[in-house]
Amino acid sequence: MNSKFEALPFQTRFFTRGTTILAVIAGLGVAGYVYRLIFGLEAATNLSNEYPWGIWKTINVVAGVALAAAGFTTAAVADIFHRERYHVLVRPAILTALLGYTFAVIGLIADLGRYYNIWHPIIPSMWQGDSVLFEVGMCVMMYLCVLYIEFLPTVVERYKNRVHLPGPLSYLNPIVESLLDVCERYLVRFISLFIIAGVVLSCLHQSSLGALMLVAPTKMHPIWNSPISPILFLLSAIAVGFPMLIFELILISRTFHRPPEIPLLKQVARYVPVLLGAYLAVRIGDLTLRELWPYVLNGSFEAYAFIFEIGAGVIIPLILLSHERIRRSADGLLVSVILVILGVVVNRVNVFLVAYKPLDTSASYFPSLIEIAVTVGLISTLVLIYRFFVVKLPVIPRPCEQPALSHDRSQPFVRQLKGE
Amino acid sequence: MRKDRREFLKVSVAASAATLVPDTISSDTTVAGGEVKNAGAFGVLVDTVLCVGCRQCERACHKANGICEKDPESFSDRTLLESPRRPDECAYTVVNRIAGTDPKYWMKMQCMHCNEPACASACIVGALTKDNRGPVVYDAWKCIGCRYCFLACPFDIPAYEYGNALNPQVRKCTFCYQRFGESEFQPACVSVCPGGALTFGTREELIDLALLRMKRAPDKYVDDIYGRHEVGGTSWMYLAGVDFASTSLPRVGSQPISALTEKIQHGVFKSFVPPLVLYGLLGLIMHSLRENKQEVRENNEQQI
Repeated sequence: MNSKFEALPFQTRFFTRGTTILAVIAGLGVAGYVYRLIFGLEAATNLSNEYPWGIWKTINVVAGVALAAAGFTTAAVADIFHRERYHVLVRPAILTALLGYTFAVIGLIADLGRYYNIWHPIIPSMWQGDSVLFEVGMCVMMYLCVLYIEFLPTVVERYKNRVHLPGPLSYLNPIVESLLDVCERYLVRFISLFIIAGVVLSCLHQSSLGALMLVAPTKMHPIWNSPISPILFLLSAIAVGFPMLIFELILISRTFHRPPEIPLLKQVARYVPVLLGAYLAVRIGDLTLRELWPYVLNGSFEAYAFIFEIGAGVIIPLILLSHERIRRSADGLLVSVILVILGVVVNRVNVFLVAYKPLDTSASYFPSLIEIAVTVGLISTLVLIYRFFVVKLPVIPRPCEQPALSHDRSQPFVRQLKGE
Repeated sequence: MRKDRREFLKVSVAASAATLVPDTISSDTTVAGGEVKNAGAFGVLVDTVLCVGCRQCERACHKANGICEKDPESFSDRTLLESPRRPDECAYTVVNRIAGTDPKYWMKMQCMHCNEPACASACIVGALTKDNRGPVVYDAWKCIGCRYCFLACPFDIPAYEYGNALNPQVRKCTFCYQRFGESEFQPACVSVCPGGALTFGTREELIDLALLRMKRAPDKYVDDIYGRHEVGGTSWMYLAGVDFASTSLPRVGSQPISALTEKIQHGVFKSFVPPLVLYGLLGLIMHSLRENKQEVRENNEQQI
C-alpha cells in the first residue's frame, strides 16, 4: 500500500476505568431493554397515542443513521472519486456506519410493538410502494448487508491463515478459514459493486428519512414542514459524516494516548465548512421562499429550538472551521465537530418531536427514565464494541513506523508528528 | 448523479407547488378522483344537530367490539360528555359536547375511513388498507407495530395497546367491517342511534341526504358537509349547526394527506430508473478516475 498511514490493531488492554464506567451504563441500558421486552411499552416508556414516536426512534434510529453517514461519504470520496489520501479513513468510517446502523436496528426493535415482525417488509406480498417508511426500511436493510461486506476485507486481512479459536472451538478453525477464503474470493473481489450500491442506498434512505414527517403536513410546525426536507436531510447527513469521523479519531487518539493525526484531520475538516455552507444556504433559501421568517422571530419555543439548531449546530462550527488555526488544533477541531454533531441530532429531534403537534394540545412527551437509559446504554454499548474492534482489528490509521512499509511521501508527516 | 438529483428536485418542486395551490382550486379534481375510485362505497352521515348525546353509540360499539373490560352502566354517565375525550384503544368512538355551544351540540368521533387514507399510504407493510366498500381495515398479522400510521392520520384516530407486551394491536373504529356482508347491515352505533343522528348508506346517497337536510332547514345547519372534500373525501361525513372550526374536527384542506409523500416516492422510484442511473454514473466515475490514477502512478514510477 502506498499510503502514508497504515491501519493497525492497537492490541492493548480492553478494560480501563473509562470502559468500566461505560460498561455499567451499557448494563443499565440492557436492563431497561429487557424490562421493555418483558413488561411492554406502557411500563417502559412515556409514549402515547398522541406522541407515538419517542427518543428511541428519533435519536437511536433517525439521528443514529445520520451520524453513521461517514460510511458512504468516505467511501464515495476515497473509493469512487479516488482521493487516495483519504483511503485510510475508509475503515474507521465503515466501522462507524456498521455499528451505527446495527444499533439503529437494535434501538428500533425496542420501539416496535411487534418487533418479531420486523422482517415483514422483505415479503413481496407486503411490499408497499407508497410508503416512505417502506423505502427507508428496505434501503437500511440492504445497506446493512453492504456494510458488513465492506467490512470483510478488514476481518480477512487480520485473520486469513491466522484463525486460532480457543480450546474446544478449535475444531472450527478450518471451517472459519475456508469461510474467510470464500469471502475473499467472491465478495472482496467484487467490492466495488457493493461500494457503489452503498452510496446509492445511502442517498436514497438518508433523504427519505426527511420525507417521513411530510406524511403529517397538518400536524407539523411550518419551519420543519418543508417539501425539500428530503434534500435537507441528505445534505446534513453528508455534512455530519466527516465531523463524526474527526470526533472519533480524536477521541481514539486521546484514549490510546497517541498524538492525533492532525495533518490528515485538518485536510478532511476543510470539506466541512463547504458542506455546512451548502446546507445552510439551502435551508435559508427554503425558509425565505416559504416566507417563514416571522415564525423564526416570534419568540416561541419552536423558534428558539430552530435558532439553537442553526446557530449552534451550523453557523458557529461553520465559522470556526473556516479558520485554518482552528482546523490545526485538536481542541478546536473537537469543539467544532461536537457542535456539528449536536446540530444534526437537535435537527432530527426538532423535526420528529418539537415540530410535531398532535390534535390534543394538552398532550406532551418527555422520555421516561427507562427510555433514556436504553438510549444512552445503546450508545455506550456501541462505543465499547467500537473499542473492541479497534483493539483487535486493523481499523485505525497510524503513521507507519517500520521503514519497510513507509512510503517516501509519508516522511514529512511522520516528522511532523514526531515534532509535536 | 446529477440527473437523479434533477429528477428528484423536479418531483419535490412539483410536489411543493401542489401543496401551495389553494384548496379551493384543487378540491374539484381531487374529490372527483376520490369519488370515482370509491364509487358505491358506503359511509355514515353524522348529523350533530340531531344528536342528543345519549352515548348509546358508545355502549353499542363497546359491546360489538368486545374491547377492554367496562361496566355497561358507565355509559349512562353523561357528565363525561363535557370533558374533551378522544377515541382510544378502549373506545373506538366517543361523544363530546362541542365546546361552548348553547343549546348544546354533540360531536361523535371515530375513524373517518378516508377515501385516500394517509395511514394506509404510510403503512410499511400494508397492514392498513382501504376496502372498496368503504372501511379502512387493519390486519394485525402483518403489522410490525411502528405506529407510523399514528403520525400520518390527520384526525389522530389510531390508538395503541401499549400495555400489551407481546401482542399489541392498533385499535380504531372498524366500521363493523366483519359484518359488512350481512343483510340489513348497519354498524353497531348506527343501529342503536335513537335520534336518527347516524345514517348508513352509500356516500352519494349520504351527500344527497345531507344537501336535502341543509336545504330544508337552512337556519339549523351551517352550509358545509365536513368530509365531503376534506383530505380527498371521507366515508364518514358530518353536518353541524355551528361552524366546523369550533368543533374538534381539524382543518385539513382537501388534498389527500399523503399526496406529497406518494408523489416523492413514485418520482424517485419511477421504474427504478433514478437509482439505477445514479449507480451507473457512480460506476462510470469510479472506473474513469481509476484509470487516471493508474496513469499518474505509472508516470511517477517512470520518473523515479
